[in-house]
Amino acid sequence: MNTVTLTVKKQPELYLECENVNTDAFAGKKAADIAKLGAYQGKEILTLGDFFTITGEAGATAADTKIIVNGDCTKMKYLGAKMTGGEMIVNYACDMYTGSWMKGGKLTVNGDVHSFCGLALAGGEFTINGNAGNYLGAAYRGDWRGMSGGVLRVKGNAGSDVASFMIGGEMIIEGDVDIHLGTHMEGGKIILKGNANRRVGGQLVKGEIYVFGKINVMMPGYKPVGEKEMEVDGTKATFVDYLGDLGERHPKRKGETVYGHLYMKK
Amino acid sequence: MPKEVTDVICPFCGTLCDDLIVSVSDDNKTILGVKNACAIGAEKFNHQRQPGRVKRPRMRQADGSYKEITYDEAIDWTAKMLVKSRKTLMYGWASTSCQAMSIGHEIAEKCGAIVDNCATVCHGSSLIAIEDVGVPSCTLGEVKNRADRVVFWGCNPAHAHPRHMSRYSIFPRGFFTVKGHKGRKIYCVDCRYTDTAKCADEFIQVQQGFDYELLNAFRTAARGEALPDTVGGVPKEKIYEIVEDLKQARFGIIFFGMGLTHTMGRNHNIDIAINLTRDMNDFTKFAIMAMRGHWNVTGSGQVLGWQYGFPYAVDVSRRDQARHQTGETTSVDLLNRNEVEACFYIATDPGAHFPVDAMISSSRKPTVTIDPHINCTTEISDIHIPVALVGVEVGGCAYRMDNVPIETRKVVDPPEGVLTDEELLTRINKRVDELMAKGGA
Repeated sequence: MNTVTLTVKKQPELYLECENVNTDAFAGKKAADIAKLGAYQGKEILTLGDFFTITGEAGATAADTKIIVNGDCTKMKYLGAKMTGGEMIVNYACDMYTGSWMKGGKLTVNGDVHSFCGLALAGGEFTINGNAGNYLGAAYRGDWRGMSGGVLRVKGNAGSDVASFMIGGEMIIEGDVDIHLGTHMEGGKIILKGNANRRVGGQLVKGEIYVFGKINVMMPGYKPVGEKEMEVDGTKATFVDYLGDLGERHPKRKGETVYGHLYMKK
Repeated sequence: MPKEVTDVICPFCGTLCDDLIVSVSDDNKTILGVKNACAIGAEKFNHQRQPGRVKRPRMRQADGSYKEITYDEAIDWTAKMLVKSRKTLMYGWASTSCQAMSIGHEIAEKCGAIVDNCATVCHGSSLIAIEDVGVPSCTLGEVKNRADRVVFWGCNPAHAHPRHMSRYSIFPRGFFTVKGHKGRKIYCVDCRYTDTAKCADEFIQVQQGFDYELLNAFRTAARGEALPDTVGGVPKEKIYEIVEDLKQARFGIIFFGMGLTHTMGRNHNIDIAINLTRDMNDFTKFAIMAMRGHWNVTGSGQVLGWQYGFPYAVDVSRRDQARHQTGETTSVDLLNRNEVEACFYIATDPGAHFPVDAMISSSRKPTVTIDPHINCTTEISDIHIPVALVGVEVGGCAYRMDNVPIETRKVVDPPEGVLTDEELLTRINKRVDELMAKGGA
């Protein structure tokens, strides 16, 4: 696997749209070619070379490419978005859409990410070793298909509207979340190790949410149906099983109504 | 001999009352009186004759004072600002006509700007919910002629849309609602006992920030499932009783306002209210409608929606695509994050409505404001360009809150030499073309 290292040499005055900073765009290119890739700042089209010092060269395909980004990326959008393979490590906080529409590969951010990161994640591994903003792993605005595959792990806290319209995959939040976790969820699995503010699993059709901490206010559409002993992300514990959201539509399978599950650690 | 202009469209709120009668002086220059309008609507016409109106563009000087300049100078300055800026916020549009908007959007496309309207601090959250789950709605005429269950949730038309209740929602007698008020059951859900609540048959006081939970409880009750004893301060017996009554409706309507759009959860409150409406359609006919405030803000959503597919916060800074993301391309976020380089405000007063931090950020950028009046925004602008009052001094198309387009009427002439929005934007557009042909500002 070949490695390309990007070091920020100049900060954008507005925000930079780094949709060309991912393993797929770099694949098969040398440092000089990568420096020529375009990046929008408002209506102005600049190149990656204007903002980054680029060393190394990419592999022949995305899967053979590793990208390391050093320096302050708080004004860079779309880092690692739409990547399908390979590896990318960002050693700083990044702005919006980081790792959105990812289909494969491994993306690690050693810092915080802003809102709309991991949108509609379809595959691969996305790890945030910091905090995340709102709409983490949610659907793009107006879409009914949120995160559908892959693993998204946040070491810190996340904001509101996390995993909205989730239809598959697994999300692990090791810290706390604000309101609206898993709203409109229709599949997949969310593991929340900290606390949630309110409105967990509102309008949830299918899927599983595991909460290790507390929820400030429980949704009225959830009803406890028993207890279960389970091992969740390496922790063995007893969980109270709630069915829901009883105010939402639910499909039938083999004549039986399928509900979503909210498991609260005892 | 003063003459009377009838069937005038009111240029104030989203109700767009179309039965105003305006008395105009002989020379067609002064409005003498307004009949049928509410107090706010009448004031809109009375402004026309107020002394001290700005009739020529003004430019801010280094010492903070304003100097009168010509329209040509103002147009040249504005066009240069738009061409030079890498990202411009073009915000407002709610008090102008759809025709003016379409010219504005042409400028935005050429100059790589972001077009946003008042929905961004108003019913934007309703529009997000509609993008997510759609909306089963109707026209106000249907409400007047059919509705026998009316729910006002988090809105107070008694103050915000003063003639809404008498024209459409509570009192009028319609084709199938011959008994008027007596034939309708009115519910008001709010955290305060408002003046609208006083007109309602039943007032449901919900704890602030618990609308989502209460709507969820309504949906759960409609499916016959069990509920906790109280939800948001409302006993479960009451919830079951109301849901059963709503199911008995021949035609039900939910009107909602800022009480849902600007409390915890915002778009999710609307989202679940829309889904409750959808659920009620399993039993009867039900519709839901946003109480749009600013006059033609619905029209701005319509024109943007028709041209770009998004109703507000449309980013056309990149030539290849139009983008929209609430939280990113919305005015307040753009200003707070310093993501734009210049501001162009038209037909709205963000200075009075935006958070202070956003306006502090705006005041540090080159700013042009196009507005007939002096307002909070004109005072932090580099240039203030006065224009004719749309709906009073010039006609044009406007959309009512139920998305019905209405052609507004001109009742008096604008002051001599004052341009209309359309004329001004056309000239700015032409100047932008000239500058771009020369290769920039």
